[in-house]
Amino acid sequence: MTLAIDVHELTRRFGSFTAVDSITFHVDEGEVFGFLGANGAGKTTAIKMLIGLLAPTSGRASVAGFDVLTQAEQVRRHIGYMSQRFSLYDDLTVRENITLYGGIYGLSDAQIRERGDALIRDLQLGKAADERVSALPLGWKQKLAFSVAVLHQPAVVFLDEPTGGVDPITRRQFWEMIYAAAARGTTVFVTTHYLDEAEYCDRVSIMVDGRIAAMGTPDELKRGNDVATLDELFVRLARPDDGSGATAGPSAAPGRS
Amino acid sequence: MSSAAPPLIVRDVGKCFDGVVALDDVSLEVARSELFGLVGPDGGGKTTLFRILATLLLPDTGSATVLGLDVARDMWAIRSRVGYMPGRFSLYPDLSVEENLRFFASVFGTTLEEGYDLIAPIYRQIEPFRGRRAGALSGGMKQKLALSCALVHRPDILFLDEPTTGVDAVSRREFWDLLDSLRDSGLPILVSTPYMDEASRCDRVALMQQGRILAIDAPGAIGARFPDRLFAIRGRDRYAMLQALRGYPHAVSTFPFGDELHYSDSRTEADPDATASEVRGFLRSKGFADAEVAPIAAGIEDTFMALMGAPEAAA
Repeated sequence: MTLAIDVHELTRRFGSFTAVDSITFHVDEGEVFGFLGANGAGKTTAIKMLIGLLAPTSGRASVAGFDVLTQAEQVRRHIGYMSQRFSLYDDLTVRENITLYGGIYGLSDAQIRERGDALIRDLQLGKAADERVSALPLGWKQKLAFSVAVLHQPAVVFLDEPTGGVDPITRRQFWEMIYAAAARGTTVFVTTHYLDEAEYCDRVSIMVDGRIAAMGTPDELKRGNDVATLDELFVRLARPDDGSGATAGPSAAPGRS
Repeated sequence: MSSAAPPLIVRDVGKCFDGVVALDDVSLEVARSELFGLVGPDGGGKTTLFRILATLLLPDTGSATVLGLDVARDMWAIRSRVGYMPGRFSLYPDLSVEENLRFFASVFGTTLEEGYDLIAPIYRQIEPFRGRRAGALSGGMKQKLALSCALVHRPDILFLDEPTTGVDAVSRREFWDLLDSLRDSGLPILVSTPYMDEASRCDRVALMQQGRILAIDAPGAIGARFPDRLFAIRGRDRYAMLQALRGYPHAVSTFPFGDELHYSDSRTEADPDATASEVRGFLRSKGFADAEVAPIAAGIEDTFMALMGAPEAAA
């Protein structure tokens, strides 16, 4: 079985600052993997390397079977990417965004029409299809952005804080879309600041200062660190100076081989 | 104004934009030393209300007073006494941390030194980076700088519009610890948030949707408004269980909730334990042998979702 994401001692330095410090992990096909960490822990730098936008200083990584350094073009063709900050063109209509991205992803006109119609129907966007994206509420924008990011049925989709600022119902609807995509075989790599959402992942990693401080299923992490919630573990790892000063022992990272 | 009058009074405020109702008959009061939360989805009207209270917009109908001053008539007097942190990052990215603070202080006719002791608990955390451009700060540090800028002129009331969106869980917690101590010092605070864990740290919250207030209460009391019977369900294959429960005749809604499902049942008159064992029987008959079902009290997030009454699935 091919790994959807395979990362080995991946490192990125900016001058004397090491943003990503020799991280090693893998993600199985069809898995929902939560990539957690505080602001500034190195998540975005790691994602940029995985989607072929930033060259590693050392180490290697492959995504959908392609090397991120030497086959970046192939990587980008086999992934979808959605960020909280930018994903759709506000001044284009819903349908124009679908057509634009379908074309970028290399879909035929017939595929764009067929999948675009299905997408608009599934999201119940019928009336809004010819409205500018800027007129949609944030929750709808985010659901549309996700649907567009998986329009070409990529092997792996990267979601960078897809639910930031979104209300509780829409967040849950969004996660149902994630589950549905995973059930169709798309591997999901997602970052979030909502620790309850981390529970919805098959496995999570927690990044602290450029390194992976803990990794495993939500249950493994809670049991192995004797905490009731992932939130508790997150706070302990991200602010080791606070509280008991306890750090996650080896059990925090049950390395899967 | 008597000294006992609440520092913020909103009465029947309405606002339309091009025929679209942004605020519909909104009324609320915030007391001295009160941390009051506005909770609701994007487009619920929270930002419009903040803009009216900060005197950037006039209400179409109704009235509001801030510190006893009318938002329509006394806007200049209000502006000098309010601390306002808009939802979007609103500092000057090309100015340094310290330059931003000095700029905001000078706009209000004061200095960083005069406001220093008030902002010190927050500002000290970013002071080591005072020469750094604001645009180059991390999310948590930006929020602390924005709060410092909103406080440097020693406002008598604080308006914070989604101050922690995009900020990590640890920085959010630290930010709310700061709000606690500001509230304890007597400052009234009106804050909006999409995070239910933050809503539960407020003294009172208003749930807002489509420009209307659905409920105002203490976070702990909001749960009593939950209309159905609520159960927590545990088991290995949560997503499949969730789909199975949607076909159960008594189901009102089922939502994932951390490592559980929260399932609400329409049989409000029935004995909760009896209902729990019936639901467990249903799940076992569908092949979920490890399903555990227990009645629970609704929290603010459950109640908010029930009152919003939106469909549970996207498609």
